[in-house]
Amino acid sequence: MSLTAEESEHILPPQQSIGDVTDQLARIPLQFPTRRRWLIALALSSLLLLLFFVAVTVLFTRGVGVWGLNIPVNWAFAIHNYVWWLGIGHAGTLISALLLLMGREWRNSLNRFAETMTLFAVVCAGMYPILHLGRPWYVYWMFPYPATMQVWPQFRSPLEWDIWAVLTYLTVSIVFWYVGLVPDLAAARDRARRRGWQVFFGVLSLGWRGSAIHWIRWQQSYRLIAALAVPLVVSVHSEVSLLFAVSQIPGWHSTIFPPYFVLGAAFSGFAVVSMIAVAIRALFNLENLVTDDHLDILGKVLLATGLMTAYGYVFEVFDALYSGNVYDLQTVNDRFFGAYAWSYWGAVGFNFLVLQALWWRGVRRSPWALFLVSLSVAIGMWLERYMILVTSLYRHYLVSSWGVYTATFWDWATYFGTIGLFMVPFLLVIRLFPVISIFETKEILEEEQKELSRA
Amino acid sequence: MPERAPYGMLAEFENPETLVEAAKRARAHGYRDLDAFTPFPVHELEGVFALHDRRVLWLGLIGGATGFVVALGMQAFTNFDYPIDVGGRPLYPLSAFAVVIFELTVLFSALFTAIGMLIVNGLPRLSYPVFAGSRFHLASKDRFFLCVKAEDPRFHASETRRFLETLGAHSVELVPA
Repeated sequence: MSLTAEESEHILPPQQSIGDVTDQLARIPLQFPTRRRWLIALALSSLLLLLFFVAVTVLFTRGVGVWGLNIPVNWAFAIHNYVWWLGIGHAGTLISALLLLMGREWRNSLNRFAETMTLFAVVCAGMYPILHLGRPWYVYWMFPYPATMQVWPQFRSPLEWDIWAVLTYLTVSIVFWYVGLVPDLAAARDRARRRGWQVFFGVLSLGWRGSAIHWIRWQQSYRLIAALAVPLVVSVHSEVSLLFAVSQIPGWHSTIFPPYFVLGAAFSGFAVVSMIAVAIRALFNLENLVTDDHLDILGKVLLATGLMTAYGYVFEVFDALYSGNVYDLQTVNDRFFGAYAWSYWGAVGFNFLVLQALWWRGVRRSPWALFLVSLSVAIGMWLERYMILVTSLYRHYLVSSWGVYTATFWDWATYFGTIGLFMVPFLLVIRLFPVISIFETKEILEEEQKELSRA
Repeated sequence: MPERAPYGMLAEFENPETLVEAAKRARAHGYRDLDAFTPFPVHELEGVFALHDRRVLWLGLIGGATGFVVALGMQAFTNFDYPIDVGGRPLYPLSAFAVVIFELTVLFSALFTAIGMLIVNGLPRLSYPVFAGSRFHLASKDRFFLCVKAEDPRFHASETRRFLETLGAHSVELVPA
């Protein structure tokens, strides 16, 4: 029986040996291939990171007044970008954990850089509530420590839930990432020839030797943490949506919010994963491991989550119409036709209209077309979060609390700065660690070759 | 100079199937103190070596329970110690406590699982006798190693070597303890 690549379930070209894959992937940190392009990327990202430090210095010395937010729009760029970054992070965990548990092995080529993306997206997200505090040096007041003031944090407030959710998410993401990385660190240690690399990978791999009983316990822990991480993702972004939904602001106080936020998060995150997949595959010539089939699947997932997000848009409007509440209807009207209608229609255009290109197989399988659609989604989701925040806040119940908001230079500087805060550590990680999971790729390759020899 | 006591006999195989087959034959031959070193998990070994260890999973469960109790206790205590009446809302609402309870359950469970896995595995331990094997660096690449430990009552340097060679090992090597 002969199968074409299309008919069979094989995602990786079967003619490569597991030894070659090990060498190809372990060589990336050890004998870094694309020094020049990587240095250019690092230099540009460092400029953005510098911008972040400047913006934060200005913010700390002059106060949140340098930002455009004020009553009534007191939650603008800060919380909007917080939600956006955190949402991007969620796709990394979903790819890694959910698809692991569901036995979708194509995730083995994507999980490492998707998880890395999660770590630094969460770091960027976590910056914002702290910067937004006004007196960020008092952030420790969020923790229940026996203070001389004798008060405790208010656990009945979503703002307090937030810090527990985000810190838990960050910690669990780091643990999951590292547990998955240890066997690959050992593989890199065994390939390293220079003393510095041997010590670096030797210490970080904790002496992993691939013993049978170790693998069993490792798999138990990896799968258990994955099983914990999936509901964690859902809980974290639901909790973020509760920051909005628990308040009484029209346009926020709605039960659609938790699923709407979680799906939008997955949508934006899969978009950024697709962009990173395209970039990394081009940067390191990894077409044999991140195949066109992978891009095809990512495109399909993007389309599916995008349509679910669009369902959220429909139901948000339906909710308001069905309730007949004048304030909710006014908010819908403001979103469609108000001062910030551009953010609403921008979100619909960038998220929904451009997305329809993914119905075509050729678009999904063409790296740069997929990249452009994904970029459009990242922009669209950014506009959506802006729309949710600003169109609800700028006109709520009383005319006395109507007011407009414009982002200032420092709003933009902080935002673009966080892109540097994301890119610099991300580039360092892909420089220092195996960018694709070595042993998981070999596992699926071995399995597929076995199947092929049986067929 | 006296010979150093051996750790065991390390045999190299070219694919997981021959390793599993060799492990089965070694068990049948009466060897009990066996270990295998593979570049990725080989599931059949669990049955061959009769490895049943659920301690990591239990640790995860204990961690989750600990997180649950800590989170519930912390939130109840802070509201008890400094009660704030917010428009007559209940002081101990489980619906409001649920988020932090869930987060800490997950957090403690994940940390117990990961740290527990390392401790039960005896890691970190940067040096281990098998690393002395001249071809052992391939255990993280594309070779599959079976080790008969010297502690095994049936271990005998030359006889065990011959036995492993009959199993189709690509190389056999004695590693010192």
